[in-house]
Amino acid sequence: MASTIRVRATNNGEITEVQALIQHPMDSGFVKDSKGEIIPPHFIQQLTFEYDGKPVFVADWGGGVSKDPYVKFAFKGGKKGDELKVSWVDNKGATDSNTAKIG
Amino acid sequence: MMKLRSAICFGLSALALAALAFALPAGAADKIDPVADAKAFKKFFYDKFPKLKPEDFVNGPYSMDEGLHKQWVEKEQFPPYEFAVEAGKEMFTKPFKNGKTYEDCFPNKGIGIRQNYPYFDEKEGKVITLELALNRCREANGEAPYSYVKDEMAALTAYMAFTSRGKPMDIKIPDDPRALAAYEQGKEYFYTRRGQLNFACSTCHVQSPGERIRTEVLAPALGIMNAMPIYRSEWSGMGTTSRRYVTCNSQVRGVPFNPQDDEYRNVEYYLSYVSNGLPISGPGARP
Amino acid sequence: MKATLVLVAVLLAAGSAFAASEADYKAAYAAAEAANKEAGQLRNQWTTTASTLAAAKKAGDAGDFDKAVEAAREAEALAKASIFQATSEKTLWKEMEIR
Repeated sequence: MASTIRVRATNNGEITEVQALIQHPMDSGFVKDSKGEIIPPHFIQQLTFEYDGKPVFVADWGGGVSKDPYVKFAFKGGKKGDELKVSWVDNKGATDSNTAKIG
Repeated sequence: MMKLRSAICFGLSALALAALAFALPAGAADKIDPVADAKAFKKFFYDKFPKLKPEDFVNGPYSMDEGLHKQWVEKEQFPPYEFAVEAGKEMFTKPFKNGKTYEDCFPNKGIGIRQNYPYFDEKEGKVITLELALNRCREANGEAPYSYVKDEMAALTAYMAFTSRGKPMDIKIPDDPRALAAYEQGKEYFYTRRGQLNFACSTCHVQSPGERIRTEVLAPALGIMNAMPIYRSEWSGMGTTSRRYVTCNSQVRGVPFNPQDDEYRNVEYYLSYVSNGLPISGPGARP
Repeated sequence: MKATLVLVAVLLAAGSAFAASEADYKAAYAAAEAANKEAGQLRNQWTTTASTLAAAKKAGDAGDFDKAVEAAREAEALAKASIFQATSEKTLWKEMEIR
């Protein structure tokens, strides 16, 4: 199955800029369906970007983050051609990860 | 008390009608002239926003506000509608129970044709929108129709719009009094005030583009259909033209019609026609 | 004579100072429903008319006829306003049109 994570990283010398789009329902657990029943919480709890074996961006998320979240950030360092790893874990224990070559 | 209120109502009506009798010029009814309408429509918006190029109008609020524009350009690199377009593509080529696909219902297998919708069907004597055509395709092949306001229809129209990106809107009005009448009815709907809030579509999209309604920046009516369907952050997902028409009605406290009722198909026909020549930008992303 | 006129005027103004009956409620509701139906034929109903009618019915079902009659009259006024909007807009729309 295709990854839920789309990631792109570009380096301009000193700084690497990263964008990611993640497919996930991010249900808060507060919304009711058309029958009036609560849609159970189902959201990413931790999102990690790693470069050179070390985390460069870690996010602790909750139900307040919208569906299909988009993330953009920049970090000092990174080299063109090197790999950036992204992974997430959600409240049901599911995970996914992906890598991108820094361009 | 009741009689007093009724009396006031009727009194006001009589007064208003009397005023109108003086205001309206006597004379023959205007001839329906879509070509002149489109020219005037475009001129109005080009004059109102002289710094914009014609193709900018299809990006709605992003061409009205600098800050929004910057965010949008960044997001377009990883647009939120990607998932819906992919889902739509998958659905489009997946066979129905009878083995056929949507490709069999449309010219050029459905690729790059969105800009021709809506069109006027002279056999039936009515406006056919893309959403209607898709459901007819399903029914003709033994499948149940999709809801006009849910994800499946949104994904299908998003995919078809994506294959037409950049192509100029190309709506035709045949020289048929029924087509001209449908066009005119669409125009009338667009400018008619409705709902307890007494707004017409034009109240927001002709009188106030670029201004705010609550926290939202309003889009100009020119090019507004070119971006459909739209991924709205407010909806956390892709939504159809039908959905937008229905929610706009209820937002001004007017009871909406059924999706794809005459009024909705006709207004889509009118709005698309007056934006002929402007590029398809769909599917769009909106706040 | 003048005092009587004043008293009558005050009573008229007070309107429903006296408790409404179920019959009053049913009549007011029927009138509001009829007006809303006419608005429906003109394809111009308001969402607030529907919700006010629902509130009238809820109060009526609970036996609070004063509240029910008040809501029904409000609903009828809203429905009549939506009819007025539909009929006047038939000609007024042209004034909004870009020419």
